[in-house]
Amino acid sequence: MPEITVTLPPGVGLHARPAALFVGAAAKSSCDVTIGRPGEPGVNAKSILGVMGLGAKAGEEMVVTAEGDGADELLASLKEILETPEGGHA
Amino acid sequence: MPDLVTLTGVGVSPGVGAGPVVRVVDSVPEPKQGPGTGSPEEEFAAAGAALEDVAADLEDRGRRAGGEAQHVLEAQAMMARDPDLALQIKARTDAGTNAARAAYEAFGITREMLLTLGEYFAARVTDLDDIRNRTVARLLDVPAPGIPELTEPSILVAMDLAPADTALIDKSMVLAFATQEGGPTSHTSILARNLGIPAVVGCAGVRELAPGTRVLVDGSNGKVVIDPPEELVARLAGVDEKRRAALAAVGNAPGGTSDGHAVPLLANIGGPEDVAKALEHGAEGIGLFRSELLFLDRTDAPTEQEQYGLYRQVLEAFTGRKVVVRTLDAGADKPLPFLPFGEEPNPAMGVRGLRICMQAPEILHTQLTAMARAAEGLDTELWVMAPMVADVYEARWFKEACKKAGLKAKIGTMVEIPAAALRAEHLGAVAEFFSIGSNDLTQYTFAADRQIGAVARLQDAWQPAILDLVAATTAGGQANGIPTGVCGEAAADPALACVLVGLGVNTLSMSAGALPGVRAALAAHTLDDCHQAAHAAREAVDADAARAAARACLPALEELGL
Repeated sequence: MPEITVTLPPGVGLHARPAALFVGAAAKSSCDVTIGRPGEPGVNAKSILGVMGLGAKAGEEMVVTAEGDGADELLASLKEILETPEGGHA
Repeated sequence: MPDLVTLTGVGVSPGVGAGPVVRVVDSVPEPKQGPGTGSPEEEFAAAGAALEDVAADLEDRGRRAGGEAQHVLEAQAMMARDPDLALQIKARTDAGTNAARAAYEAFGITREMLLTLGEYFAARVTDLDDIRNRTVARLLDVPAPGIPELTEPSILVAMDLAPADTALIDKSMVLAFATQEGGPTSHTSILARNLGIPAVVGCAGVRELAPGTRVLVDGSNGKVVIDPPEELVARLAGVDEKRRAALAAVGNAPGGTSDGHAVPLLANIGGPEDVAKALEHGAEGIGLFRSELLFLDRTDAPTEQEQYGLYRQVLEAFTGRKVVVRTLDAGADKPLPFLPFGEEPNPAMGVRGLRICMQAPEILHTQLTAMARAAEGLDTELWVMAPMVADVYEARWFKEACKKAGLKAKIGTMVEIPAAALRAEHLGAVAEFFSIGSNDLTQYTFAADRQIGAVARLQDAWQPAILDLVAATTAGGQANGIPTGVCGEAAADPALACVLVGLGVNTLSMSAGALPGVRAALAAHTLDDCHQAAHAAREAVDADAARAAARACLPALEELGL
């Protein structure tokens, strides 16, 4: 299954606006998408509550997986969202 | 005047409003256990339809409100459409539970999970509770929570306001907010400031106020007065009008006294995200960039490249002006996982501030290198200072470290330890500027921990002993021809700011929101007024007497409502 590893930029971590943007992008895709810490089972990336529940902080590594049509393109766009520091989002 | 009944909270949006209380509906009944009227499939479908209605309503409110509120409301709509939440509801309706109860319980599970994640998520819990209440109200067919239709200008009273409540508020009908819960960073506070509506939050007792009770909300000092006499309302309204006029009149002019003595007013920031607000309030530079905020809340130290990017953003925003960066200020009281110095019995007096960097010089070197590179090619004046400097040896060590990193900047020391203030003349021969951290200076002078409420009386920068140490610092600075700034809470108090200027302080740095008040206070007095206020305050025997004596020399403050 295609997967990527991303280090979260400085800032508040994966909640608030970055989490909403990430989940919003994942939810638009027909792929099955998960996000979690390396070596741990991931949560459904289309669930804002699940993603916030990770409590992921700045500087942490997160693994994102996707399965289905266009998985690679989706992962590339999710990586960009995750790596943009807070305040850098339009 | 009879004794007034006053409730006290935290004033988070200045101004005064008086009028009848309108209570925001924030509770819906807890749904009963047991099966519903439909089949499990029908019950699940009903819950899903209610959630979708709530989500659509939130999005609609977001579109109409626009701006920051729209982001917040769209994130809330996303919670209502959450697939994991739907699975939790389905498990319950499949087991024969009615739709309302199933939704109620499913939200409850998520709520518990968010609560275990700590302080930041408390605000998200409020968002989630709001969605649950709206969903359950729909399923039970009871009045939706929120603000009732207002028929006259009113004071809105609530436990805490949800973003959905505040987004569509008719400004002309809301005189002020008062909430039982919430703090300076809650939604109520942020939105109240955005809307310019006076607000007091975290105010115990406001929930018991009967609808229609006349109250006065003073968002400047955090007071809610019940049944206020007309003359008080009129007086405070007049003061508030003067305050607004004075703040508007002084605008974003450079800081200074009425007779032209310049006092640059600078902002305290934690990172690039605070820059916009500092500029909006007319900051003439940055007087304290708390670089440790880049290090907190993470498992490893930020790289040189990461730090470079953040410093560069701030320096670019203030080209032609001054930015004072404080190097890493951490320690047992602000622990960092990648700096294991262990538990200390007395962290305030242990390895913190510059002492950490002396133990782990590579951390400081990376930081200074990143700053040096960030300043390249910009005409921003970079000033760099070390926290918690105790003596000349440490000031020299820091200056050497800056040289090694190739830093072209003014190198200063903070004055937070009484020893540094007492020997400022010697320290000033090494340092190129002083910056007084009034909060820590007070803590160390009075042996009164900042976190301990029982010694809060001593944690007051108006204490004449602190004013003596400020005077000693500015004298030491003047003897060496170097400037002294103040970057603690003391600088944000309009009266104390005048006193500090009278004591010879050259610049004042504070959170951006405090700039207009301090600017107006200085503009209303001469340098001589400030000298007299400083002299009177130092003659006083305690903090309260010093405050009163200084204010007596600064007559415009009361007129301005400052």
